[in-house]
Amino acid sequence: MTRKRRRLMILALALLGLGTATALTLSAFRDNIVFFYSPSDLAAKPPGGRTVRIGGLVEAGSLKREGGMTVTFQVTDTAKSLPVTYTGILPDLFREGQGVVAEGRLGADGVFSATELLAKHDEKYMPPDVADALKRAGHPGKPGDAPVSAGEEHQTSTLRTNP
Amino acid sequence: MHRFANPARFLRIANAVLPWAAGLSAVCFAAGLYLGLFASPPDYQQGDTVRIMYIHVPAAWMSMFTYSTMAVAAAAALVWKHPLAEVYAKAAAPLGAGFTALCLLTGSLWGAPMWGTWWVWDARLTSVLVLFFLYLGYMALVDAFDDPARGNKAGNILLLVGAVNVPIIKFSVEWWNTLHQPASVFRLGGPTIAASMLWPLLLMAVAFQSYFFAVVILRIRAGLAARRVQTLRLGQAN
Repeated sequence: MTRKRRRLMILALALLGLGTATALTLSAFRDNIVFFYSPSDLAAKPPGGRTVRIGGLVEAGSLKREGGMTVTFQVTDTAKSLPVTYTGILPDLFREGQGVVAEGRLGADGVFSATELLAKHDEKYMPPDVADALKRAGHPGKPGDAPVSAGEEHQTSTLRTNP
Repeated sequence: MHRFANPARFLRIANAVLPWAAGLSAVCFAAGLYLGLFASPPDYQQGDTVRIMYIHVPAAWMSMFTYSTMAVAAAAALVWKHPLAEVYAKAAAPLGAGFTALCLLTGSLWGAPMWGTWWVWDARLTSVLVLFFLYLGYMALVDAFDDPARGNKAGNILLLVGAVNVPIIKFSVEWWNTLHQPASVFRLGGPTIAASMLWPLLLMAVAFQSYFFAVVILRIRAGLAARRVQTLRLGQAN
C-alpha cells in the first residue's frame, strides 16, 4: 500500500467514525434539539409545570378575541389540537391556517397559556394572484403543482409529529 | 483533477476565466437585483418582505458551497499534498465567512418582522452559527503557528472535522422541528416557489457564485505570489 493510499484510508476511517459519533449524539438528544413539541407530543409526554414550546397550525375558525389584547385559538397538528390563550401583540404572519410556535405552560385545565408567540411560515412562495387563483380553484397547493387533495397539500411542513 | 493541481497550469486557466467570471457576476447582480427587488411580485403571505430572500438564500447556499469545497481541498492537501489545495482553502475562508455573516444578518432582519423574533436557538440557526465559528476558527488556527506547514495541517483537520456540520445544516429543517422553514428549492418533489420568484433567485445565485470564483482566483494568485516571496526569502537567508 502506498503512503497516499494509507493516508486516504486513515482519513476515510476517521470521517466514518466521526460521522457515526455525531449521528448517535444527535439522535440521543433529539428531544432537546427540537424547537417545539406538537400537540401529539405533548399528549404523549405531559410536560407538568415546565415551560415548553408547542407548535402547529392555528386551526381555521378557532381564533377568538377575548377583549383587550387577549386571544384564544386552537393549535393543531391535525391529529390532536390544543387550546391556547395569549395576551400581547401578535406577529405579522399570525393568521388562521398558518404555522405558529408558542412558549408557555400547560395549565391543569388543559389550556396552554402562552407567554411568547412566534409565527412560522411554510416553504411555499407565490404571488397573491396565483394564491387567489389556487384558492378559487379550491387548491391551496403549491404553484405549478398538480393539486393532490386540498387537505393533504395544506399540511406539508409546519406539522411534523415526532415519534 | 490532479493535472490542475500544478500552480502554473492552474494560473493560466484561472487568468482566462477571471474576466468572464467578473463580467458574469456584474451582469447577474444587476439583473438579479433589479428583478428581485423591483420587478418580481410580492409574496401572498409575506408581502414585500420576501425580497430579503434574494440576498439571504444565495448567501446561505454559498456559505455551504464554500465550506464543502474547502473541506474537499483539505482532504486533497492531507492525502495527496497538492500544493494548490491549501492555498485555495486559505483564499476561500474569508469569503465563506462573509457569506455566512451575510446569511445570518439578513436572516435576522427577515425573522424580526415575519417570525416576531431576531434570533432563536433552533437547529437551523444554531448550526449555521456553528458554521460561522468554524470559518473564524480555521482562519485563526492556520495563522497561529510559526511554521506555516503546521498551521495548514491543523487547519485542514479542523475543516474536515467541521464538515459533519454541512449535512446537519442542510437537513436540520427535516430532522427536527425548527422555526426556520424547510427547503423551498432543493427538495424532493421540486421547488415550491412560483417561477416569477424562482428566476430572480437563481440569477442571484449565479451572481454570488461567479463573484466567488472571480474573487477566489484573485486571492489564490495573491496566495501563490506570497508563497514564492517566502521561498525566495528563505533561499536568500541561507
